[in-house]
Amino acid sequence: MQYSEKVMDHFAHPRNVGEIENADGVGTVGNATCGDIMQMFLKIENDVIVDVKFKTFGCGAAIATSSMATELIKGHTVKEALELTNKAVVEALDGLPPIKIHCSVLAEEAVRAALADYYTKIGREIDFEVPEKDEEACHIIPEE
Amino acid sequence: MEEVTKERFVYADNAATTPVAPEVAEAMTPYFTAVWGNPSSMYSKGREARKALDSARERASKVLGCAPNELYFTSGGTEADNWALKGGARFMREKQGRTHVITSTIEHPAVLRSCEALEREGFRVSRVNVCKNGILDMDELRRTLDGDTAIVAVMYANNEIGTIQPIEEISKLAHEAGALMFTDAVQAVGSIPVDVNALGVDMLSLSGHKLGAPKGIGALYMRRGLKINKYIDGGGQERGMRSGTENLPYIAGLAEALELAASRMDDMERIRRMRDRLADYILKNIPHTIYNGDPSRRLPGNLNISFEYIEGESLLLLLDMAGICISTGSACSSNSLEPSHVLLALGLPAEKAHGSMRVSLSHGNTDEDVDYIIEKLPGIVSRLRSMSPIYPGDDK
Ligand SMILES: Cc1ncc(COP(=O)(O)O)c(C=O)c1O
Repeated sequence: MQYSEKVMDHFAHPRNVGEIENADGVGTVGNATCGDIMQMFLKIENDVIVDVKFKTFGCGAAIATSSMATELIKGHTVKEALELTNKAVVEALDGLPPIKIHCSVLAEEAVRAALADYYTKIGREIDFEVPEKDEEACHIIPEE
Repeated sequence: MEEVTKERFVYADNAATTPVAPEVAEAMTPYFTAVWGNPSSMYSKGREARKALDSARERASKVLGCAPNELYFTSGGTEADNWALKGGARFMREKQGRTHVITSTIEHPAVLRSCEALEREGFRVSRVNVCKNGILDMDELRRTLDGDTAIVAVMYANNEIGTIQPIEEISKLAHEAGALMFTDAVQAVGSIPVDVNALGVDMLSLSGHKLGAPKGIGALYMRRGLKINKYIDGGGQERGMRSGTENLPYIAGLAEALELAASRMDDMERIRRMRDRLADYILKNIPHTIYNGDPSRRLPGNLNISFEYIEGESLLLLLDMAGICISTGSACSSNSLEPSHVLLALGLPAEKAHGSMRVSLSHGNTDEDVDYIIEKLPGIVSRLRSMSPIYPGDDK
């Protein structure tokens, strides 16, 4: 198994690590049994994500995908952030080993979970799919 | 985030593989350059190769306490495990109609997957649990043994947590039930003295690359008089049991490595002290750590510790950036989706198995290596914990 240089760069120098106090939206996905948990904090002004931070418990790919996801949504509108796909995260990282694809899915879900929290806080109806909490099975995407 | 810097290279994963010892490389060279004959040829070029082969077999068997004709060279530990287990089980079924195979929950995949293959052939396989410290549950073994048991396969020393099993006692119980006894001693040979007769086993496997010989060479000890099903059909080498022109350079290397390891057994005390110093430091100075395995019935170079709230692959990658090679039982570090079956068998919850680190020290390691690990490890663990959304804090 080999990580791309981009993945190693984001793993070694993760962007936007930390927490945001009084964040406008916070989302947490994954579970410890499966070995990865991602937490995403958003600061939103006029529907624009002005700041984003993350904390991740997980492997190299989990940290790199969280880091990349924050970069991809920072400065973008909420609507744009909702369009972020795991594929886009994988592409931006120059690919991931097949067994690590689920990390990119988790990153996409962390963004959505944080945005759902934001919608709830401002009383807006959630009109997008929100990741379900599944504590049972670990998130495995079959190899392509 | 602070840059991880590398000031030294420390190889602390000797349970994965060891470098070829210079003495071994040197002992092998003549068999590439000068003594290249086929040991089966009758002319002098072949006879000199035969002589070298016989001598290597004799030297290797002396280290293990067996007769030369009880030792069969193989392509490594995996082949020896497959042969012993499948050959032994099938032999006992043919001769005595026995169809029960007993093993432990913490075996190497070479044994576990071989057991699954035997299940597909109609064998019944029992996997005896280990206690919290990683030592086989002997009461469960006693309850599991029966008159249908063909073979018992329990590893001598575990590759992840280094625990040493009471093989003599297990052999006795297996034999009382009329079963064959096989032990995978791949991790033990070279690290602790191994005498096949004292252990009382019928078969024992070993692998060269764990003790300073190259990868791709190993051996199976098979007690005299026991002729389990042969492994490879062909020209009749290895007394008709394992055909194929003998890999003389590697066999000579294995013999040299076995003798070298035996002559260096005293150094294991130094290795044990380094291991214990590292363990003490970590347990005293890094909060939320768990010591995995038994503290005394353990290979001298092996240390296995779980750092809670972090994941092992990240730890491995950061330590690698610092120049330190270790391994982890995390699911993410392998091509499997499960954390280490060995750590889970100890009763460790999955999230704690994900954060495990195995250090395995050997002759090449020095006190400076341990100092360097002590210098780098705490900062790397805190760095990962500072990013972890579940870390409760050092004093929680
Ligand atoms: C306990 C144990 N058994 C078997 C093997 C397999 O040996 P080899 O790599 O020589 O096939 C190993 C090492 O990988 C091991 O640690």
